[in-house]
Amino acid sequence: MCLALSRLSECGIMRNIKRSFMPLSRLLQASTCPAALSSSARRLVSGCASSPKVCIVGGGAAGFYTAQHLLKARSDMVVDIYERLPVPFGLVRFGVAPDHPEVKNVINTFTQTAQHERCSFFGNVGVGMDISVEELKNAYHAVVLSYGADGNRSMRVSGESLEGVFSARDFVGWYNGLPSNQELCPDLSCETAVVLGQGNVALDVARILLSPLDYLKKTDITEQALQSLKASRVNRVLIVGRRGPLQIACTIKEVREMINLPETKADMLPSDFEGIAEVLKGLPRPRKRLTELMLMTLKVNEGGQNTCKRWGFRFLRSPVEVLPDADGKKVAGIRLAVNKLEGSGEEARALPTGQTQDVECGLLISSIGYKSLPLDPTVPFDPRTFTVPNNMGRVLHTAGLYCSGWVKRGPTGVIATTMNDSFETARTLLKDAASGTLDLSVYKAGAQEITALLKTRGVRAVSFSEWEKINSEEVRRGEALGKPREKVLDVKEMLEVAWS
Amino acid sequence: MALRVCVRSLIFSTRVQLWRETLSSRTVIRPFSRHHELQSESSPGSKVLLHFVNQNGTKMSVMATEGESLLDIVINKNLQIDGFGACEGTLACSTCHLIFDESVYERLEPVADEELDMLDLAYGLTKMSRLGCQVIVAPWMNDMTVRVPLGVKDQRVPQEAKNKQ
Ligand SMILES: Cc1cc2nc3c(=O)[nH]c(=O)nc-3n(C[C@H](O)[C@H](O)[C@H](O)COP(=O)(O)OP(=O)(O)OC[C@H]3O[C@@H](n4cnc5c(N)ncnc54)[C@H](O)[C@@H]3O)c2cc1C
Repeated sequence: MCLALSRLSECGIMRNIKRSFMPLSRLLQASTCPAALSSSARRLVSGCASSPKVCIVGGGAAGFYTAQHLLKARSDMVVDIYERLPVPFGLVRFGVAPDHPEVKNVINTFTQTAQHERCSFFGNVGVGMDISVEELKNAYHAVVLSYGADGNRSMRVSGESLEGVFSARDFVGWYNGLPSNQELCPDLSCETAVVLGQGNVALDVARILLSPLDYLKKTDITEQALQSLKASRVNRVLIVGRRGPLQIACTIKEVREMINLPETKADMLPSDFEGIAEVLKGLPRPRKRLTELMLMTLKVNEGGQNTCKRWGFRFLRSPVEVLPDADGKKVAGIRLAVNKLEGSGEEARALPTGQTQDVECGLLISSIGYKSLPLDPTVPFDPRTFTVPNNMGRVLHTAGLYCSGWVKRGPTGVIATTMNDSFETARTLLKDAASGTLDLSVYKAGAQEITALLKTRGVRAVSFSEWEKINSEEVRRGEALGKPREKVLDVKEMLEVAWS
Repeated sequence: MALRVCVRSLIFSTRVQLWRETLSSRTVIRPFSRHHELQSESSPGSKVLLHFVNQNGTKMSVMATEGESLLDIVINKNLQIDGFGACEGTLACSTCHLIFDESVYERLEPVADEELDMLDLAYGLTKMSRLGCQVIVAPWMNDMTVRVPLGVKDQRVPQEAKNKQ
């Protein structure tokens, strides 16, 4: 115990020294503190120190924020991150819109975490495919599930599989270079696109469809998507929601961005806003400001001559049926049920009035939500909420198992929300470790054991420094095109670059 | 000092009006790097004593330099505030949310719409809330105390929880 303690404090000191005198600290670390060694060296000696070992499933925002907090809070903790793709950062890379580069600044912090001497990244390892949760639990003191929400909520209406109908998840994945969405080839030759759902993702999609190319071409949008958008004839995007303006789910920044789109004007229906100005006063500030901004779009009719593109919200409408064209192959429109509200405020419910309305469109994107999927039969899963049932991040009835991010609380909120809930999960885990609920006394082999298992299965992981090779290659390709990066779109190619 | 304030307000107005310039103007307000260059070029502003109270109620006092943003200070002085400044001062998150005393709040520079947009997403929003990345230290702030909103059990405000989708 004494020895363990002195080791701990040494580790702390070493790390501080490392910041200023790298070579000296390396020398010192090697002789004194196994936990502070480089990841490969650490693995060799990890047998002699029973440092707590935690692994994280999923290298998105939740995974990195959970790791960050654990590493910071305990100077003896080793944290390994397993990610299915060869590349890290989850939706920060594949979700956040290309014209929101500032949101992606969080990658700098994630990179620092990944480069921490007690953190290792194992890309190209799918949990539930290449390795099971049970195997991870055997190798680590605790397993944190941070695998996000990879599934899609479907509209459950007929015609959903017609050509020209996409989920926002796939559409976003397509323009952001998610390997599994590269075959999407959306036909953008129509004039009107309808987006179902009024959250920020819906607005991201609408904005990308209407943004000037001169602007998009300087972002990290894929070249393939840029070429399609270049040929696009979409000039009107309707963003449809089942409730009213006072219940809209998007945030004000995204609405302001729509309003500020050049050569584009808002196309709202004044009747949707009847009586709204009167209730403004009693609203909480965020809702009030958002509503005021929408009301403003009714008044200003900017744009003038050059305005050839339009966007608008359509309220109190739910999808009933996707309407096919004459050949029955492609989407030609959407039949919407006309709703009325029962109750008021955030909790108001949409009830069908029995009337319907048909809206013509050649592109239909449903943005009605992501959902998490069960990972493994041994892991509890709530099929109603599509989350892993938990209490402040502690998975119910399963010792040693934790969760954070979208899989913990559902696919809502911004990165800061994910950060806070990941910190909460880390705090819960640390509390359990301190109280003994989480047993750290047993020896766990950690990554050593998992790497050996993966080897027998012919799976080779991508390390963080190998990802950095992919990163450099992407930045290099981007430079040639005047973009911050041009993403590698194919897993095979990612691996080639990583291992070149 | 006056110059810096000018630069900031210029940045704001450019961003609001020239949509295409959003990207570059945001980079300019990134405090970790550029902002510092900006300062070192000008005269070495005066020193100001500031107190930060973090999520746990711990008070930390630091000497800051006129012209730094409160986010700069937290980062450069390595103050222990979890997750502070996730977007690195580009007005893309609300993690540098700070709460001021009323008398101080009223003397701060006016708040831009973009800052309010982000504050609207902050948990524990109060009437005296500002984003630390947008508040620039001035000599009159000497001895001021700013508070990080308390760490609450569920930090999501209902509005925010429903935002994505
Ligand atoms: C389209 C879109 C745009 C957004 N834009 C913004 C924005 O502008 N600003 C903002 O603040 N927030 C934005 N968000 C929200 C933000 O992305 C989320 O809050 C955050 O990414 C959730 O983090 P997560 O780690 O839970 O999930 P994810 O980021 O999805 O991370 C999960 C990770 O787990 C990996 N994984 C999945 N299954 C397995 C497995 N079986 N084994 C191993 N690894 C696995 C995935 O590949 C992924 O890397 C956006 C979200 C979306 C969908």
